[in-house]
Amino acid sequence: MSRYLLRRILILLPVLAGISVVLFTILALAPGDPFEELATNPNVPPEVRMNLRAKFGLDDPLPVRYVRWLVSMLRGDWGFSFVSRVDVDTLILQRLPATLLVLGAAQLLAILVAIPIGTYSALRPYSIFDQIATTLAFIGFSLPTFFTGLLFILLLSIHLDWLPFIYRSDISATGWRWYWEHVRQAIMPVAVLGLAQAASMTRFMRAAVLDVIRLDYVNTARAKGLSESVTLVKHVVRNALIPVVTLVAIQIPTIFGGAIVTEQIFRVPGIGSLLISSILANDTPVVMAVTFIFSILVLLSSLAADLLYAWLDPRISYR
Amino acid sequence: MAARVASEPVTRSLAVAAAAPRTSLWQETGRRFRRHRLAMVGSVILLALVLSVLLGPLVWRLPINDIDFKAKLKGPSWSHPLGTDDLGQDLLARMLYGGRISLAVGIAAMLIASSIGTAIGAMSGFIGGAVDHTLMRITDMFLALPGLPLLLLIVYLFRDSLRKAFGPEVGIFILIVAVIGGLRWMQVARLVRAQFLSLREKEFVESARSLGARPIRQVIRHILPNSMGPVIVAATIDVAAAIIAESTLSFLGLGFPPDIPTWGRILFDAKDNLDFAPHWAIFPGTAIFLTVLSINYIGDGLRDAFDPRKVLGK
Repeated sequence: MSRYLLRRILILLPVLAGISVVLFTILALAPGDPFEELATNPNVPPEVRMNLRAKFGLDDPLPVRYVRWLVSMLRGDWGFSFVSRVDVDTLILQRLPATLLVLGAAQLLAILVAIPIGTYSALRPYSIFDQIATTLAFIGFSLPTFFTGLLFILLLSIHLDWLPFIYRSDISATGWRWYWEHVRQAIMPVAVLGLAQAASMTRFMRAAVLDVIRLDYVNTARAKGLSESVTLVKHVVRNALIPVVTLVAIQIPTIFGGAIVTEQIFRVPGIGSLLISSILANDTPVVMAVTFIFSILVLLSSLAADLLYAWLDPRISYR
Repeated sequence: MAARVASEPVTRSLAVAAAAPRTSLWQETGRRFRRHRLAMVGSVILLALVLSVLLGPLVWRLPINDIDFKAKLKGPSWSHPLGTDDLGQDLLARMLYGGRISLAVGIAAMLIASSIGTAIGAMSGFIGGAVDHTLMRITDMFLALPGLPLLLLIVYLFRDSLRKAFGPEVGIFILIVAVIGGLRWMQVARLVRAQFLSLREKEFVESARSLGARPIRQVIRHILPNSMGPVIVAATIDVAAAIIAESTLSFLGLGFPPDIPTWGRILFDAKDNLDFAPHWAIFPGTAIFLTVLSINYIGDGLRDAFDPRKVLGK
């Protein structure tokens, strides 16, 4: 297993290198010069500007600049936010927990909704339950997260006044009440993200169970007298999950995209809303660092998917 | 001499086959598509949406930027069927105009994505070897890129220079279409490659090769047309994905400028007025949703039509 993990990590390293090259190329190709203002300022002699450029290495050859940039990115040395007046890494570490919490809870919700519904649909294909579930999945999968978010706010906050629609990190209550307030304000963002994810996962799950349920080993399991629930959980669902994990892993970048939108709608103080606000404020170091963090998070999640894969199908780790 | 004798019955049987009422593969596919009820409903809705954004502005002649503070934030009425926004601008006119842009972005980005994907997949599958390996590694890397953050980053860094070069509308259109298309070709590339790998060993390609067809002719005349089924399905879904991507960008305030009211942009403007003007957000949101839903159903119908083996019990 650890050899398998090591192999997966070794495969991810070139991907990380590739992504960093793409990010750096975008940054290097982008127009604009950080010392542009100095060029138009008559009080600054051109030599000073040249010295500054040399000091920050802007005139070095591209490969040198790339290596320097990558090293500082990997060391967490992401520079200084001009807008918030703090180091970028402190800023990101403050914001990351909210993002991970909302994303994690949403994934959990998606799994809890999608696996039972998808399985049940596949056990009775073209029944009323299946048709309703499939239609709802199709609708959920076609609803953009920004619209679902607005509809949720409209219904649950404005019409029914059940839930707050602004996420606050400075809740004054203590004890249980504090937890309850946090849960209450997380319900809508988690539901929006989780249900969007559940919709496509249900479709994958249904297709995968349909493929598996007809196989001989399922009949064998029944024939040797296993109860229906054991057959279903240990033989059908476990094997059906293998392609589902693959398909969900492909979707991981989309999930992070959805997280940015949801954070923006509900003003969750996570790195997604940080990305948007720093783009609007022209805070380039933060924008670069958040994009980099998102790339790392995508890679780590695909590593998690690989591990899940090996757990579901132990043969994979021996290959 | 022997070859001529052998070919005679073949010609005769070909003539017989030609005389029978023949349905081509495409007609057969079309017939299967028309049997998919929801795909047909989707086609009708999409056609209605496309026709109304194309022809609607000819009928509904209110200007999109006619400011009228007396009528601001009004719900639907006879003079403004979809209501007005905070400047009293007519939402129907704005949505008809913006819908053109939203759909154009979807189609253009899809064309870019499928062209890049087909080219890369075809090269990968036909040449094979080291080229295949390299291209597939690049495809995998692109699949691992965080799409939306990257899209935001590129738009952030390049929008000003493109705006200067091509003007505010065209510049941002080119940027958005190119970036969405450039980040969505991977699925098509993989599909085309898989098709090429199996098709290039088939007998009809073998016979074309033995008749002396050049590689480029083998690809364009024989392999490519036969690998188009899954590509068309993926391209259909890509239109929906590109529309969502553009709307997302505009919804985050980083897509089109406010004077180009794409559906996402209208939602962005509407989202702070949800409590007293819900219609402002509901109409454009529903338009996006209906477009995407019908495109997805069409994609589903096409998938079943191109791959009848996948349909269960029908």
